Amino acid sequence: MSAAPPSSLPRWADVVVLPAANLLAAFILSGLVVVAIGENPFQAMSILVTGAFGNAESIGYTLYYATNFVFTGLAVAIAFHAGLFNIGGEGQAYIGGLGVGLACLWLGGLLPAPIMVPVAILAGAAFGAAWATVPAYLQAYRGSHIVITTIMFNFIAASVMTYLMVNVLIKPGQQSPESHEFAAAATLPRLHEMAESFGLEMATSPLNLAFVWALLCAGWYHLFLWRTRWGYEIRAVGANETAAIYAGISPARITILVMAISGALAGFVALNELMGVHYRIILNFTGGYGFVGIAVALIGRNRALGICLASLLFGALYQGGSELSLDMPTVTRELVVVIQGLVILFCGALENVFRGRIAQLFRRLTPAAA
Amino acid sequence: MIRASFAALSLAALAFTTPVSPAEFSAAVVFDMGGKFDKSFNEAAYHGAERFKKETGISYREFEVTQEAQRDQGLRNMARRGANMIIAIGFAQATPLEKVAKEYKHARFTIIDAVVDLPNVQSVVFKEHEGSFLVGMAAAMASKTGKVGFIGGMDIPLIRKFALGYVEGAKYVNPAAEVFQNMTGTTPAAWNDPTKGGELARSQFDRGADVIYAAAGGTGIGVLQAAKDNKKLAIGVDSNQNHLQPGFVLTSMIKRVDVAVYEAFKSAKDNKWKGGVKVLGLKEDGVGYSMDEHNKALITADMKAKLDAARADIIAGKIKVTDYMAKK
Repeated sequence: MSAAPPSSLPRWADVVVLPAANLLAAFILSGLVVVAIGENPFQAMSILVTGAFGNAESIGYTLYYATNFVFTGLAVAIAFHAGLFNIGGEGQAYIGGLGVGLACLWLGGLLPAPIMVPVAILAGAAFGAAWATVPAYLQAYRGSHIVITTIMFNFIAASVMTYLMVNVLIKPGQQSPESHEFAAAATLPRLHEMAESFGLEMATSPLNLAFVWALLCAGWYHLFLWRTRWGYEIRAVGANETAAIYAGISPARITILVMAISGALAGFVALNELMGVHYRIILNFTGGYGFVGIAVALIGRNRALGICLASLLFGALYQGGSELSLDMPTVTRELVVVIQGLVILFCGALENVFRGRIAQLFRRLTPAAA
Repeated sequence: MIRASFAALSLAALAFTTPVSPAEFSAAVVFDMGGKFDKSFNEAAYHGAERFKKETGISYREFEVTQEAQRDQGLRNMARRGANMIIAIGFAQATPLEKVAKEYKHARFTIIDAVVDLPNVQSVVFKEHEGSFLVGMAAAMASKTGKVGFIGGMDIPLIRKFALGYVEGAKYVNPAAEVFQNMTGTTPAAWNDPTKGGELARSQFDRGADVIYAAAGGTGIGVLQAAKDNKKLAIGVDSNQNHLQPGFVLTSMIKRVDVAVYEAFKSAKDNKWKGGVKVLGLKEDGVGYSMDEHNKALITADMKAKLDAARADIIAGKIKVTDYMAKK
């Protein structure tokens, strides 16, 4: 997919103009759907945008959702660079949550926060990585296709978690399968709480310190892939496995390495969800973020900055979408999913629809470059 | 700014349409993940709210949760937009509700299927095991093979409560009765997977069951369909589902979520709403089995007499149905 098509564009146009055109097309089509149900599309659009960015609180929610997408988007993208399609982000995040949760439940009362948080990060990474390593091993040494095995591992993760939550970790005597609450030291401070301690007023939102960690991970991702030997080896295997072997790189070793990193990144979703928002282990906290991560990586062109922007887009769609269904009763949650689906369709699957035309336009505008 | 003008707009709109000032009474419902048209649990709540709307002409706000974090957000948004009677559907909203109810002390909250111990929260829980006991009896009496089935959604305590009551009911009629149990899945998709429900039902029919009780939300639609396809019987849940496949639905274990929602709205409007815990069982008509023109031919007079006798005995305490939640 990295091979340049015949009608290639300048790099900045590839990154800015093309996604913008795709996004515009998706929104126009969504607008037509809104018209079809008898609502005003411009009003719907303005609710969507103000719902996502209109005030400090909605921005907080948007960034909170975006945090999850950064983690899962990076997880999918890094595996993509090695030519591996990791569909198992959902399961890896779930099991990562088990690691984070167990660490917080057992050590939360014992360790102070500055030690507890790194321990929880390590636990989440270790559990997520371990869960991803099994399909990686099967791919590397047994030839079982990673797409199939990672999908299957999502279901196994869900079964394991349901069993543990219902039978082992549930706080006794209640309907809802939830664990005990974490100790205060084992929670991530919300950004509005941190602002308060500096005397600043900020709207209440679930945005927490995991957001900062997500940005750090994105920065690390970029440096790791483009500035280290491992990153080079990963990209080499992804670009041409035969050549990589000839260069002395072991694809099997890289498969395991990259999947472990991928699983660890996915596992960080639990930091945002469990330590940042729910303060306990709950069922289904992953809520599809692992799958949306695939679209995020696709739209973000597997680049750190692109993934951050795509995450922001999806965060805005999630937050703005829920405001939309709240303010316009005729816009049901199914319709919000339709709008999100159109964005994925145009930005991800049909990314090259407008490429030829835009390239043509560019050639006409800049004859010297052609 | 934009939100303020929006609020002003909606206030203006309300002032034109209804004589009741919105500051006095403003209602909202937050549905759970299944969605309000799940033909079952959430839909029952929807019918209750709609009945209130029809009778009083007062409309209500609503929100359907699609993400875990939205439970908190949905409840909070309703409270902030001035709703002072908010109903949370489903046990999963208990934890977020506890948080939001503490922040919005002036608002009144009613939660269905869970207990939240706060002065401004009314908790409504049902004795599903009692209703399930009766439909378990009905299943065992209608069964010719002595084998009956149970299909749940997710393997969570609430569904085990349904299953345990059902098994006890079946064994009460026929101690040798065999009860097959299957859960549909391990993710919330299990509440809305009619295809899988149909497959599980078919496999239970193949193993000899001839009556299957579905306690799985929208998944039950597939179980009912499979009963019709195989000329066997199914039992519906939460709402009265007898009409969905007439002649093939033995009865439905109805859970009067609609009544609970309606009563909460009504009492709040009349300023008679009170916090605390309401437990609705057979005695309070909170649960029961449905009889209508669609299943008249399936429940014989003899069966009905036995069911009514058992109902009276449970209310009188002569039959003890084990509550899975209390057992723990």
